[in-house]
Order: sequence, then structure tokens, then C-alpha cells
Amino acid sequence: MDSILLQILNGLDKGSAYALIALGLTLIFGTLGVVNFAHGAIFMLGAFCAVTLSKVLQLSFVTIDETKKDFLGNPLKVETPYVEAWFGPEIGASIIDWAVPLSILLAIPVMIALGLLMERGLIKHFYKREHADQILVTFGLAIVLQEIVKYYFGANPIQTPPPDALLGVANLGAWFGLDLPYPIWRIVYFCFAALIIFAVFAFLQFTTFGMVVRAGMADRETVGLLGINIDRRFTIMFAIAACVAGLAGVMYAPINPPNYHMGMDFLVLSFVVVVVGGMGSLPGAVLAGFLLGILESFASTTWATTTIPGINQIIIYLVAIIVLLTRPRGLMGRKGVMEE
Amino acid sequence: MLGLNKKDSTLLIVVAVLTLFAPFILNPFPADSALAQFNAGYPDLMQRFVVFGIFAIGFNILFGLTGYLSFGHAAFLGIGSYAAVWVFKLFTYNVVPAVILAVIIASIFALAMGYVSLRRSGIYFSILTLAFAQMMFALAYSVLSNPKFNLTNGETGLQVYADDPQMFHRAGLPDLPHLFGLSMRATYDLDIGAWSFSFNAGYYLCAVVMMVVFYLSIRIFRSPFGMMLRAIKSNQTRLNYTGLSPRPYALAAFVISGAYAGLAGGLMAAMDPLAGAERMQWTASGEVVLMTILGGTGTLIGPVLGAGFIKYFENIFSKINDAVLHQWFAFLPDGMEDFVVFIIHPFVGKGWHLTLGILFMLVVIFLPGGLVEGGQRLGKWIKSRGKSEETDKAKIEPAE
Amino acid sequence: MGILEVKDVSKRFGGLKALSDVNLSVAENTVHAIIGPNGAGKSTLLNCFVGKLIPDTGSVMFDGQSVLGRKPYEINQMGISRVFQTPEIFGDLTVMENMMIPVFAKRDGHFQMNAIGDMMKEKDIVEAAEAMLVDMNMADKRHMHAASMSRGDKRRLEIGMCLAQEPRLLLLDEPTAGMARADTNNTIDLLKEIKDQRDITIAIIEHDMHVVFSLAERITVLAQGTPLVEDTPQNIKGHPKVREAYLGETA
Repeated sequence: MDSILLQILNGLDKGSAYALIALGLTLIFGTLGVVNFAHGAIFMLGAFCAVTLSKVLQLSFVTIDETKKDFLGNPLKVETPYVEAWFGPEIGASIIDWAVPLSILLAIPVMIALGLLMERGLIKHFYKREHADQILVTFGLAIVLQEIVKYYFGANPIQTPPPDALLGVANLGAWFGLDLPYPIWRIVYFCFAALIIFAVFAFLQFTTFGMVVRAGMADRETVGLLGINIDRRFTIMFAIAACVAGLAGVMYAPINPPNYHMGMDFLVLSFVVVVVGGMGSLPGAVLAGFLLGILESFASTTWATTTIPGINQIIIYLVAIIVLLTRPRGLMGRKGVMEE
Repeated sequence: MLGLNKKDSTLLIVVAVLTLFAPFILNPFPADSALAQFNAGYPDLMQRFVVFGIFAIGFNILFGLTGYLSFGHAAFLGIGSYAAVWVFKLFTYNVVPAVILAVIIASIFALAMGYVSLRRSGIYFSILTLAFAQMMFALAYSVLSNPKFNLTNGETGLQVYADDPQMFHRAGLPDLPHLFGLSMRATYDLDIGAWSFSFNAGYYLCAVVMMVVFYLSIRIFRSPFGMMLRAIKSNQTRLNYTGLSPRPYALAAFVISGAYAGLAGGLMAAMDPLAGAERMQWTASGEVVLMTILGGTGTLIGPVLGAGFIKYFENIFSKINDAVLHQWFAFLPDGMEDFVVFIIHPFVGKGWHLTLGILFMLVVIFLPGGLVEGGQRLGKWIKSRGKSEETDKAKIEPAE
Repeated sequence: MGILEVKDVSKRFGGLKALSDVNLSVAENTVHAIIGPNGAGKSTLLNCFVGKLIPDTGSVMFDGQSVLGRKPYEINQMGISRVFQTPEIFGDLTVMENMMIPVFAKRDGHFQMNAIGDMMKEKDIVEAAEAMLVDMNMADKRHMHAASMSRGDKRRLEIGMCLAQEPRLLLLDEPTAGMARADTNNTIDLLKEIKDQRDITIAIIEHDMHVVFSLAERITVLAQGTPLVEDTPQNIKGHPKVREAYLGETA
């Protein structure tokens, strides 16, 4: 019982990431009709926002402390981060400590700008072209983005720890007499993801803007006929999708040290999630994201990997193939979306 | 000739001449001149040209004719390589059975993968093939490489060891892949004055195979089957309402292109008896897509051009480092020189993938028809200026 | 007993009843028009004939065999060809190749893996396709890209491609929609010629009354998913119910 619950919990963080990326992919596909292979790269850039900010905050100047000597007998060089000098040591240190959550503030404008730039600068010109061309050009963009990151940050994963306060492990089951040790940051991540998913759905459900977008997803031409400037709203939708993926990346940085190809790794799986959930279905994307994340977590248990070695690495693909063979439209796919 | 019309025969002859004389054509610069770094006439690179040429020709039969964009063809390349290396390990270093088995195994996998993937079209299809290929990669990289059952030897890559059975290996035969005793590494070097040319057995084997499969692809393009494939790309609805189900045609095209990829993988192993999972990764699949669109999707010669172009520049770009750049731009004033080198630096050496990505985008945005279309446009432009001189590019006639 | 027998066909889309209890019989070697105001269910009905939609209830029999549950290409093999509202042709192929594909389909039936032969050396195919192009008055356009032709020529090619299969039933879905007057008249002339010269049954869905009354021998009027009346063109013209359904709709 404990171990089953634990595996479910373990699947939640990856599931959250899949769900957030798949949500953005579905939004873009549903509104703009574009398959965005660069969406994983946005996730990756989000994670590197966190890396960048924590590096920037740690920028230091060097002073020489004449009163102390290092082991060679020379005057000791002391590195003081600028933030500590500006805000005083205590506040400065806690700003550095909280670099990852603070990166959200940085990531939101960066991601929105990036989304707008991508849509206006590139994707816009591909609405009328074949899906193959859309796939290819965004694939090219994904390579470019990840290679740029590789150039500046190197090929190795970069450790980006969460704030000390959120570093430990909490026993979630203590109240119920169960033993469920679980890293606090992952709880934070799950709550954060849930919040974003909730916000996106609420936004689509309760605002006029969201209503128009939903109508546009169902039938773009009719909405266009009503004289509503649907294109501009779709541009904003693209920026929102980019923002969602970017934030998912920011908060994921402490879970898995970011590297330049993490976007590609997540993209392929997120596509599988979208397909399993049903192309064009937002709830389907979220549901499938969590389901597959949990499934992967179960497949990673020692029991599973000793029974079938490596099952954790292929389980998602296997499930996707089975789902597509039995339910070609995915779990919650609508009829008529990408049928011919 | 060989059942081809005049235009296609000319094309085939041009390709045959170019491949047979490649050791000369690709080595235009004297061996110890400064420009020798632009030579491409050494066996290893020439082998890559033709092997990837085969891969791209096959991919074009699927993507160019039917329009189904597969993101998983590198899997077949890898499968072909693994199959060939296993033949080397278990039976013999002779490349003939190895390559034949590579083609067969890759075709079987292509049949299974195509059967499932082709149930959907458009982007679904692309994503499905991508998922399949990633699964194959995971299988090869880790799953099928464990102490209990080691099929792929994981990260190290599959290779031939001294204690492998090699049942039909005899003393006197080379301890390397060979064709009935002729080692694939056998190379004859010819020095003429300052020039040096090498003729490599492995290259010529691959070149002959490429000409055969190129000929086959011309036949496929001109056949009723090829017409049906183009009809699939053009309008599946009409095909359905003409009493023909597109699926068996698309599946046949998928298996053929998978077999081509397996052949390329088998030859790759025959040139260097090693198979690693990295050649199955989806970036490798993306590369063959780029070769095809860069050369010209749906044209006969395009994929070969694209493969040569990319492999050549990959080679050149990877060799360029800061020292080389400084040497090139030495004529500029100092500050300018450093600045130019600083700008170019990210794109060369290890930055080849960045260049590749940018190239990818530029081609899709500005030149969807690839080099062949570019050549045609150039040809038309020259003609419209009243000059009737034949350019090299004009030789690349539209395939369709 | 007609060549196409439709019995009690109903079809719902969610809450919308598109067809309810449609009964229809198309007699062999006639031109049968199905008319009706927008949203009357004409296209839905047609899609039930060709396998694109499956009705919720009822049966559709072609020449004594049910077409329900069969794929479009299987139904086509039974002898039903369809012309679409916007011409569906192979735009990337030449006119000649467009015509060769249905001729191949007619000769070979199902999937043929003929990957080595040269398609232009298939004498019988080339001749049959050329003959049909001559019939369609398009022989001079044979090397053109199909996509680059005018709307009227595309329609002509599409009809030719359907005829090349020698179907027993030809379905036309608003064949003159979106056409200029001259093209419309050409299409009417072409269809008249086909009707006079070939043993073929034609079922036509049309909005343009001029087209309907120049071609049809029987007319079924559909309104709100049910057949209102079926009769000869003369009687239909004066029928009060039809005037009501039509004039009420368009006035």
C-alpha cells in the first residue's frame, strides 16, 4: 500500500511536466493548427532561466581581507556577491537561496516575449503551408535553440538547487500512519503545476477571450466571420503556451539538473502524451500526462525492471502504440480533429 | 538504356561517371597545398557520401513520393548495422550475407512499424514514427544490453571480438570485412605529381550498390506504382474514390525505404564493423530529412546531392578551429579579425549542429524545393538573360 | 427495383437530426436529381451512399448489395463513382497521369506492386486514357499540371476520371457550384452528352434549378432531412409543397 502510493507520488512530478508541456502543445495545435517541435526547447529555456538567474545572483566581486591568511600565507581573497553587498548579507543570501522561485518573475516576461517573437517572426508564415513544413521548420528552430544553449552553458547538466527551506524530505503519510517520504520540492512542483493548469482552464472557461479561443479551436473560420480578430488572440495564446512550458521548465530545474537536450527528451514524450490524450483535447492532454508519468514511475520500480529489464524506458511508447491501435483518436480525442 | 528514357539514362550516366571518378573529382587540390583541407577524396568520407546517399534515396521514395514524413528512419539504419555486425560475429566477415541480412531484418521491422504508423496520416504519422524510433533507440541503448541478454552491447557499441565464433572464417581471409577475400580497407594510392588519389575497395563496393539502388529508384519513379505514390501525396480522397486504398501503396513505399536504410546501415557496418545506438537517435532521422529537402524532395538526384552536401560540409566545418579562422582572416585589421572570428566561432568546429539547424530553417523557409529547384531557378534566370550557355546546374533536370 | 435503393435511412449528429426516414429509389439509366434548400441533408445523404458516413438506421443497397460498412474504395469498386463539389483531382500530376490512374484502377482492381515497369509503356492504359481525354475534349491539355487548369476544366477532368472507371452509377455533388455561367453551361452540355451516349445512371445533387431542369428525368425534393415529394420535372415545377419549401426558404 505504502509503496503503491509512493510510486504514484513519484510519477506526479514527471507527470506534471508532461501535462504542462502537452497542454501548451495542444493549445497551439488546437488554435493555430501548428505542430510545434520547438515547444520542448521552450521548456528547456525555462530551466535555463533558472540557471541564468542563479548564476547572475551569485556574481561576486573580490576583496582582499588583510586580516586573514590563506594556507599559503597570502592575504585571503573574499568573494562577495553583489546582492549581498547591496541588500546586506542576510537578505542577499536569501535572495540567492531563492533564485529558482525568483526566476519565475524573470521567466514570465522572457517567455512571453519569446512566444510572441516566435509566432510573429516564424510560425505566422507557416499557417498556410503543409504540416510537414511546419514540423521541419520548428524542428530546425529547436536544434538552433538547444545548440545556442549548449554553446553558452556547455554540455553538462548544471546543478540548480531549490531554496534550503524546501530542500528536505517530508513524510506525507505521517497523518495517516503511512510511511511516505517525499521530497518537498516535488510537492511544490506538483502544486505549482496544478495551479497553472487550473489557471489556464479557468482562463479559457470564464473569460471572453477564452471563449473566443475555444470557439476558434472548434471552428476557426466561423469565428473569423464574426469579425473577431482571431489571429491576434491566437498570437497571445501562443505566448501563453510558451509561458506555461517555460514556467514548467523553471520549476523543474531543481528536480533534474538542466542540460541542453532536456527539451528534446521531454518533447518526444509530450507528443506521445498529446497523442494518447487525444489531439486537440486539453483535458485529455492533462490526464494522459499524469497517467503516463505515474505509469513510468511504476515501471521504474526494482520489481518491474528486474522482471523486464529497461521497461521504464519504453513503457510510454508501448502504451502509446497500444492506445493508438485500439482507440485511434486517443483517450479523449474529438472526431474530426486531424482526421484527413 | 536499361529501360529508361533518354533523360533518365543521361542522369544515370552522369551519376555513374561522378561516383566512379569521385577519387579524382573530389581531390582537386594538391596534397600538400593549403587548399588540401577542402579535398574530400579520401576513402572514409567518400564512403559516407554514398552510404548516406543510399539512405536519402530510400527516404525520398517515402517522403518525396507519398508525402509521409517519417521521423524514425534512422532506426532502420541502426537495425541494419546491428544485423550486419551480428553476421560478422557469428558467421563470416564476408559482407555479402551481412548486407543481405541487414536489408531483410530492416524490412521486417519497417513492415511492422509501417503497418502501425500508417494507420494514421499527417502529423500523427510523424509523431508515431518518432515514438517508434525513440523506443528502438532506448531498446538498443540500454534495454537490450544487459548481462542476461546482450544484443546491442549498449553504450560501447556492438563489435567483433577475437573470441566470437565466426563459423565460416578461415585462415587466409582478412580479419576485417571483405568481399570474397578483398578487404574493404584495401586502398590503392596513385600519386600524380603533387596530387594524390586513393582508390578504396569499400568505397567502390558502396558506389556500385548506390548506382544499382539509384537505378531502381528511377524505375520506381517512372512506374505505375510510383505514380500511385505521387497520387497519395497529391490527393488521398480522390484515390479512395477511384477504388484504390492508399494504405498498401504507402506501406510498400515505407518498407522499400526501410530496406534502403537497412542497406545503408549494413554497408556502414561493412566499412567499419561497429554498430552503436547513437546512429538510431532521432537527430539522425532529422539529418536524413534535411538531406532530402536540401537536395530537393521528390526529385531523383536531390537526395544524393543533399547527402553529399551535408556530409562534405560537416567534414569541413568540424575541421575548422580558431587557428584556421585566424589564418583565413589574417588580411583583416587586427580588431576586425578577432571580431569576425568571434562571430563565426559558434558555427564551426563543434558548432556544426548549430549551422545545420540554421540551414534546416533557411531551406524550409526560402527554398522548399531544395538545391534542385535552386539550380532550376538559376538556370531559368540565366536563360531569361539571353544567355544560352549550359551550366552545370542545368544537368540536374527536374525529375518530375 | 432501382439500381440504388435507400430504405428508412436516418442520421443524427449530436442533437441535430440530419436525415429521418429517407426512402429513395434511383432507377437504372436515368438522371435522378435530389434538390432541397440548404441544410436539407442532401450532402449527408450522398455521404451515406459512398461510405463516408454510416447511417444510424436503415439500409442503402446498390444493385442488390448493401454498401453500408464498406470503405469508400470498396464501394467505388462496386461501380459507384463520385464527383465532388470542389473538384478532387491529383493536382500535382499531369492531366494524362490523372486520367491513367482510374484506368489502372479499372484494369488492375486492387493493389498492384508494379514498381519496375514503365507506366508510359503500358499500351492499353495509355490508349484508354488518351481516348477518354479526347472524349472530354482535353487532349491538348494532356501535359498540363492539373492544378493549373481553370475550374471548369478541373470539373471536366474529374468527370472524365470517373467515367474512365465505367461506373454504373455516377454521383454528382453540386457539379456547377461556384462556376461562371459559361462553365456551367459547358458542364450541362457535357452531362447531357454523357447521358445520351453511355449506359449510366446519374444521381445529382444540385442547387441551381437551371441545371436540374435541363438534365433531370426524376426529381426528389428533400426538406429538413425527409423527402417531400418525388416526381418528374414538369410536375415538380408546379408542386405547391415545393414552392412553399423553396420560396419560403429563399424569399
